Amino acid sequence: MPVTVRIPTPLRSITKGNAEVRAKGESVAEVVDDLERQFPGLRERVLDDSGELRRFINIYVNEEDIRFIQGKKTALKDGDTVSIVPAIAGGR
Amino acid sequence: MEKLKGLKCRECGRHYPSAPVHVCEFCFGPLEVDYHYEALKGVVTRASIAAGPPSMWRYKALLPIEGDVAVGHHVGFTPLVRADNLADELGCREVWIKNDSVCHPTWSFKDRVVSVAVTKAKEFGFDTVACASTGNLANSVAAHAAEGRLKSYIFIPADLEPGKVLATLVYSPTLVAVEGTYDEVNRLCSEIADKYRWAFVNVNFRPYYSEGSKSYGFEIIEQLGWRAPQHIVVPCAGGSLITKIWKAIKEMKALGLIDGPVTTRVHAAQALGCGPIVTMIKNDTDVLVPVRPNTIAKSLAIGNPADGYYAYRTAKESGGHGEHATDAEIVEGMLLLARTEGIFTETAGGVTVATTKKLIEQGVIPRDESMVICITGNGLKTPDALYERLETHVKIRPTLSAFDRALAELKSHGTQEEPRCR
Repeated sequence: MPVTVRIPTPLRSITKGNAEVRAKGESVAEVVDDLERQFPGLRERVLDDSGELRRFINIYVNEEDIRFIQGKKTALKDGDTVSIVPAIAGGR
Repeated sequence: MEKLKGLKCRECGRHYPSAPVHVCEFCFGPLEVDYHYEALKGVVTRASIAAGPPSMWRYKALLPIEGDVAVGHHVGFTPLVRADNLADELGCREVWIKNDSVCHPTWSFKDRVVSVAVTKAKEFGFDTVACASTGNLANSVAAHAAEGRLKSYIFIPADLEPGKVLATLVYSPTLVAVEGTYDEVNRLCSEIADKYRWAFVNVNFRPYYSEGSKSYGFEIIEQLGWRAPQHIVVPCAGGSLITKIWKAIKEMKALGLIDGPVTTRVHAAQALGCGPIVTMIKNDTDVLVPVRPNTIAKSLAIGNPADGYYAYRTAKESGGHGEHATDAEIVEGMLLLARTEGIFTETAGGVTVATTKKLIEQGVIPRDESMVICITGNGLKTPDALYERLETHVKIRPTLSAFDRALAELKSHGTQEEPRCR
């Protein structure tokens, strides 16, 4: 499934400065794999050594935090938007 | 020597120069202000602090501002109230209320963080400040932006309490009501902050902003006579305040400003309808599970707290615990504080009072130990929570006989103490 991925500033050095890129995959995990193929080095910035999402990164599929869906297994469909957003923000 | 080294990633330790950035480029960890503590030792003394102004700026040497304070000159140094009536009610020996419900100018502890952030925004040459807020921060950013002659964009969840909306609009910001939860507003602001060159106080200015919370902790220590209490109960939303109070205690200890050993246990207070940090503490796990908030304590309704992990670590490291308060307990907590100490706090304060009561009843806080309850916002901002619970006792025509009859009726219902005539 082709989806749009929004890239936060700290990762744009890997995506050649692009704030949005296209990627393919049936799930969030597969999209991360595809991003790694296109932009080597991106996976280790998003996932830790055990393959889990890093503590300070949140991923959203169409505005929904994937922890409220099926995490990395969250299924994607054509035209979905996946956002990678630093977790550290907010106060109240 | 300059006191600021720059910024440092709290997770991987990478160093960054002072700049309006908040996330480590490598591990996404939070950046924190790094000080030359060796330059402060012996320079920051009890005497140097006591010689400062009666505001949070008496601790300016320990805050990330090098130049002059630009806004909020009178923020902080709020009363630390010995709450003997409340102590009697709770069956405890020594209870204190750190009362930021009367923080100048916008009646919450948020003035502390915002005055630092807005001063820093001016230092970095920004002309626009912004924030994502559940209300108190919105009030404070709008007010300090007005004082600093800056433009402001305030993003709030559209269902915010009318009092907090009004108390923001009065300062003429651009107020953007977002149809979503605070967490959705916050995520949106992260993306906006990435696109527009604005000083988002709780996004790209977060390292500076959050340091302002330390002043709340410094004041507790100084006002207790340079000693640390045995317990502090802190309301948690994003989890930053509890983390910074603990940091403040550690800094003061390291600088030799505190008498005796620090045995303070720091406890987290959250609503049952939004308590992911307390859940971490209760389950003893450092993995945060986000929740969808459903509580009357809207100022604490952050289901995905940025500093949740560090708030958990603060409680663990200090030997503290945490507790959840139901909506009914929150209202009772507000009424208990008002009835015993004459202090009207918002729902968040109700959460903290209710949590303290529970921790005492559970034996987590021993009744003979000293405790500080953190009251961080004003009750007039959230009157909606109480309308149904309170009623006008007496309504009469303007005649003495009408009052006499009403009084007799009150006495027969036993709703009032025996009246005394002059």
